Amino acid sequence: MTVTQGPSDGFPVIRTAGVDGMLVTFGNTLTEPANRAALAFREAVEAATWDGVEETSSSLLSTYLRFDPLHLSHDTLMAQLEALVQRQDWYAADLPAGRRLWRIPTVFGTSLAPELRQAAQAAGMSEEDAITSLSEARVRVQTIGFAPGQPYLGELPEAWDIPRQSQLSDRIPEGALAVAIRQLVLFSVSTPTGWQHVGQTAIRLFQPETDEPFLLRPGDEVQFVPTDPETLDTMRRDPHGGATNERLP
Amino acid sequence: MTAHLKILRAGPGMTVQDLGRPGYLDVGLSRGGAADRLALHEGAALLGQPANLAAIEMAGAGGELKATQDTRIALTGAPMRVTLDGAKLAWNASHLLPAGARLSIGSMLGGSYGYLHIGGGVTGSHCLGAESAHLSAGIGARLSDGDTLTIGPDDGTQVGMTLPPDDRFGGGTVRIVASFQSHLFADGELARLQATALRRDARANRMGVRLEPDGDGFHVEGGRNVISEVIVPGDIQITGDGTPFVLISECQTTGGYPRIGTVLPCDLPRVAQTPAGATLQFRWVGIKDAVEMERADAKMRAALRGRRHPLIRDPHKMPDLLSYQLISGVVAGDEDEM
Repeated sequence: MTVTQGPSDGFPVIRTAGVDGMLVTFGNTLTEPANRAALAFREAVEAATWDGVEETSSSLLSTYLRFDPLHLSHDTLMAQLEALVQRQDWYAADLPAGRRLWRIPTVFGTSLAPELRQAAQAAGMSEEDAITSLSEARVRVQTIGFAPGQPYLGELPEAWDIPRQSQLSDRIPEGALAVAIRQLVLFSVSTPTGWQHVGQTAIRLFQPETDEPFLLRPGDEVQFVPTDPETLDTMRRDPHGGATNERLP
Repeated sequence: MTAHLKILRAGPGMTVQDLGRPGYLDVGLSRGGAADRLALHEGAALLGQPANLAAIEMAGAGGELKATQDTRIALTGAPMRVTLDGAKLAWNASHLLPAGARLSIGSMLGGSYGYLHIGGGVTGSHCLGAESAHLSAGIGARLSDGDTLTIGPDDGTQVGMTLPPDDRFGGGTVRIVASFQSHLFADGELARLQATALRRDARANRMGVRLEPDGDGFHVEGGRNVISEVIVPGDIQITGDGTPFVLISECQTTGGYPRIGTVLPCDLPRVAQTPAGATLQFRWVGIKDAVEMERADAKMRAALRGRRHPLIRDPHKMPDLLSYQLISGVVAGDEDEM
């Protein structure tokens, strides 16, 4: 039996992920600095272009590297990662360059997003205040996962620290905006979920047949701009569902 | 003129598969590709072509096909009943599929995924640098009756070759390493994982394989509220009821169930091929040993072409010797086309 590896007292911690992966983790609860560190460290690993590293990604709290252990040993990669970890304070690092601010038209509530009322209640707000709070928040793509192109966005104000429902809902549609645990998920597929469906967009986050198959990137920022069902309907013909984006400085 | 492969009748789980799409983990798309990657290497060795050319994966049962031109084929992975215009063909071998002849691939004799390789490969979804269907991501689709696939250019001529049979189609021992979440489980649970026979559940697809433990499920100490973290193929998730679930080709890229360990990439074909009802046994290995096992596997894959040998035919089993040779082709004399 192998020795199991657990996090030591301090983060960041570097651990193996399978035989051909390494995971550099910056915390065990989701915070803005830990997510910032995961995004920035991944950018630094990409910039380092180490021989034998084949692919990288970031999760909410970690940078992941897939590598070829037949050509790059675990010991060598571990030493390279340790040196990079020491190089700077990753929790205060600049976010990756080339990020964009997206404005995505969203219908809050109505029959298109039937769980706004219960989510607002759980957050201790009126429906109106909930719409203001959710549409004024500028949230970051903390990671993309579960389904192709699907972002986890945060961090919302503390009032939105509401639980996921234990019972999965019926399927919610592609483009649904759902809330729980101070995060938003914008669904790229139709799926049952425990997240509460508070908004509906016309965005298609994964379009495999187009030149731009994935719209959002980790680190991008997003604002959900209120609109009405009729306007949203006209936006369904637009490949971006009426969303616009600009480069962040 | 471009050659085509016509699907006359498609089995329920037929898809075009290659080695998948690496490079999209950051945007939530797992690599995908053939459930049994070794089978792609075997087919490539039999046909003397690159392993990344797309083949047809057949889950559970095959179908009926014909080609518009003389085409080289190879059959690998889970052995299935197969005939060419009614005459039985050998599995784990390369053959000539003459233009218009009917290739019938029937039920499985063991394992879970059979493969039909085409000289020159076939085109599939042709998306993001690969041909493979990624069903859970919505890329491509299962093949259906009447579909026509384009066959790539084939400069090979050799058929009638076979490879020694492999034993990965009936369960067995699978080697695993500790995961970054193994510490969430007590040492006793980790030891019990290795000591427990696990029966493959009928519930399995290209995303993962559910394993039913012979005895109690596995208990996670650190609570179930694990923050969603990276998933890699081979990860063994312990789901809410304590059941191990091994993630394979089309796994999601992140997940919240705790991972007790991770199957070595070189043993994943065995996990994918284990048929419902057969048993698997996990064995813990250290990371350094695991790398050496991967190295040995890479060497074995590189040596596959050298292990090919001509099919030996029993003349008494050939209904018509002359037509058999016309159909199946003889060794073309270019064995050194490596």
